[in-house]
Amino acid sequence: MQIIRNALDKAAPLFEKGGRFHDFHAFFEAPDTLLFTPGEVTKGSTHIRDGMDLKRLMVTVVVALGPCVLMALYNTGYQANLAVELAGEAAIRDDFNTMLFTLLGFAPGNSTDHFANLVYGALYFLPVWITTFAVGGHIEMANAVIRKHEVNEGFLVTGFLFPLILPPTIPLWQVVLGIAFGVIVGKEIFGGTGMNVLNPALTGRAFLFFAYPAQISGDAVWIAANNVDGFSGATWLGKAAAESGALASASWFDAFVGFVPGSMGETSALACLMGAGILIATRVGSWRTMLGVVLGTVAMTLVLNAAGSDTNPMFEVPFWWHMVLGGWAFGAIFMATDPVSSAFTDTGRLLYGIGIGIVVVLIRVVNPAYPEGMMLAILFMNLFAPLFDHFVVQANINRRLARNVAA
Amino acid sequence: MLESYLSLAMKAMFVENMALAFFLGMCSFLAVSKKVETAIGLGGAVIFVLGITCPMNQALHDFLLREGALAWVHPSLATVDLSFLNFLIFIGTIAAMVQIVEMALDRYSPSLYNALGVFLPLIAVNCAILGASLFMVERDYDFAESTVFGLGSGIGWALAVIALAAIREKMRYSDVPPALRGLGITFMLTGLMAIGFMAFAGIQL
Repeated sequence: MQIIRNALDKAAPLFEKGGRFHDFHAFFEAPDTLLFTPGEVTKGSTHIRDGMDLKRLMVTVVVALGPCVLMALYNTGYQANLAVELAGEAAIRDDFNTMLFTLLGFAPGNSTDHFANLVYGALYFLPVWITTFAVGGHIEMANAVIRKHEVNEGFLVTGFLFPLILPPTIPLWQVVLGIAFGVIVGKEIFGGTGMNVLNPALTGRAFLFFAYPAQISGDAVWIAANNVDGFSGATWLGKAAAESGALASASWFDAFVGFVPGSMGETSALACLMGAGILIATRVGSWRTMLGVVLGTVAMTLVLNAAGSDTNPMFEVPFWWHMVLGGWAFGAIFMATDPVSSAFTDTGRLLYGIGIGIVVVLIRVVNPAYPEGMMLAILFMNLFAPLFDHFVVQANINRRLARNVAA
Repeated sequence: MLESYLSLAMKAMFVENMALAFFLGMCSFLAVSKKVETAIGLGGAVIFVLGITCPMNQALHDFLLREGALAWVHPSLATVDLSFLNFLIFIGTIAAMVQIVEMALDRYSPSLYNALGVFLPLIAVNCAILGASLFMVERDYDFAESTVFGLGSGIGWALAVIALAAIREKMRYSDVPPALRGLGITFMLTGLMAIGFMAFAGIQL
């Protein structure tokens, strides 16, 4: 640690005012404050006693994402190996990830070898993750230099969220496009971290979803293996939408733990729940938003269960299934609670969460075009979050006015 | 019966949102979305005008303008087709309704009247309103359906403009690059909102 500190201190004058690289101050400031608690204290009469700043906040989210990342590494490899095991060698994908895997001395197709699963999954997850950080990070740095502000750790979270909500087979050039769109249009044109309206990771994901539906939806993309006879690559949500009673034979516990096909980091409700524990304990994520999503989902599902439908099997899916399928848990815990794009007031957060819960069930059940609705539901409610705040604030103002008149 | 009206209303509100799926009524959508209160006023006016003009135009179309509509006057008129007058008559109805709204607002809510300014009379040429009447003709709605459709479209448009206004109020704290400030960022915001509303695209009700 001391070595790093010394190196940073040595480089510091170059980036200070008057230094040669002052224009690139952001490049120095970002790693410095990420690695070490800044020594500056507030000047003037207000003193902030807490070490909790934006960077700590964001790092806490990244820590909370840990279980999901581990799950992404393991499950991606496990699903691919399982597919090869079930369907034979024809299912082995002919891509550089698999080539590297065999070069390392492994052979796809052994889903009981936990280490091989982890390595195979990492070979799919890490390239996407590295691409996201390389492209998004540089866009962020370039913006910081041009707009002359500091790099905030907002992107650190976006950079973790974005690969986790992509399917393992996504082409890397699409990752580049998606994260570039998410960071530039979703965030930087509004002025950077804290000023955006929509969640940048979701904006990028939605852009890819509408621009390249073939690579990011359907049955063939969720497992890193070729779609041949012998196994089905459809997500369970897709299966539930396709035929009635598809979930009756499935194990709820499997879906809860997450050993099912899906986006890399979204499959495990258990891992998300661990993250939720961290977020709520540290008060980084709002429990009101999460509670709201649960309430909205339960209420809407009960209504639709009661309404019933002869043609649409999604109507009969109970709420405890909705909560473990697709990106529900991941979205409710990590996406909906994004402090910037959600509502700011407590009541607003609760209402915003309920709105997400209602819309996600509506999209999943009523809209045959998109079996997965969490991402779009959150984006949709992001648009209305400021409106909730507006009315909550107005109500407060009116209440206080009335109180003062009475007194 | 009730169900089909409900699904028509939902469709008009979200799936085929006038502002964010068809991009109709953009001029006032962009211009009168700086403050939530004003946007609510304009949204209310648009709901009212759409809710009235759509069924009125439907009645006019059904009893006077469409091919064979005049048969009730005299059987020899059964071949007359006046639908080339659609645009003219529809605009006339809309302009008349807007006049009424304008006079009512001037009398009962002068502050809103001043806030809306030129955009109140401009509702008369708001393409969302004429658009609703033309969709109504194209899709052969009957009187009740066009009432529901008109109100639904109006509510959808109002919802969009109010949400945009709330976002723009929040964005006063944003640090938008100078070149994009004002209309530029609003256009991009409208596009992003349209992505959000695409959540409902494809719903068959």
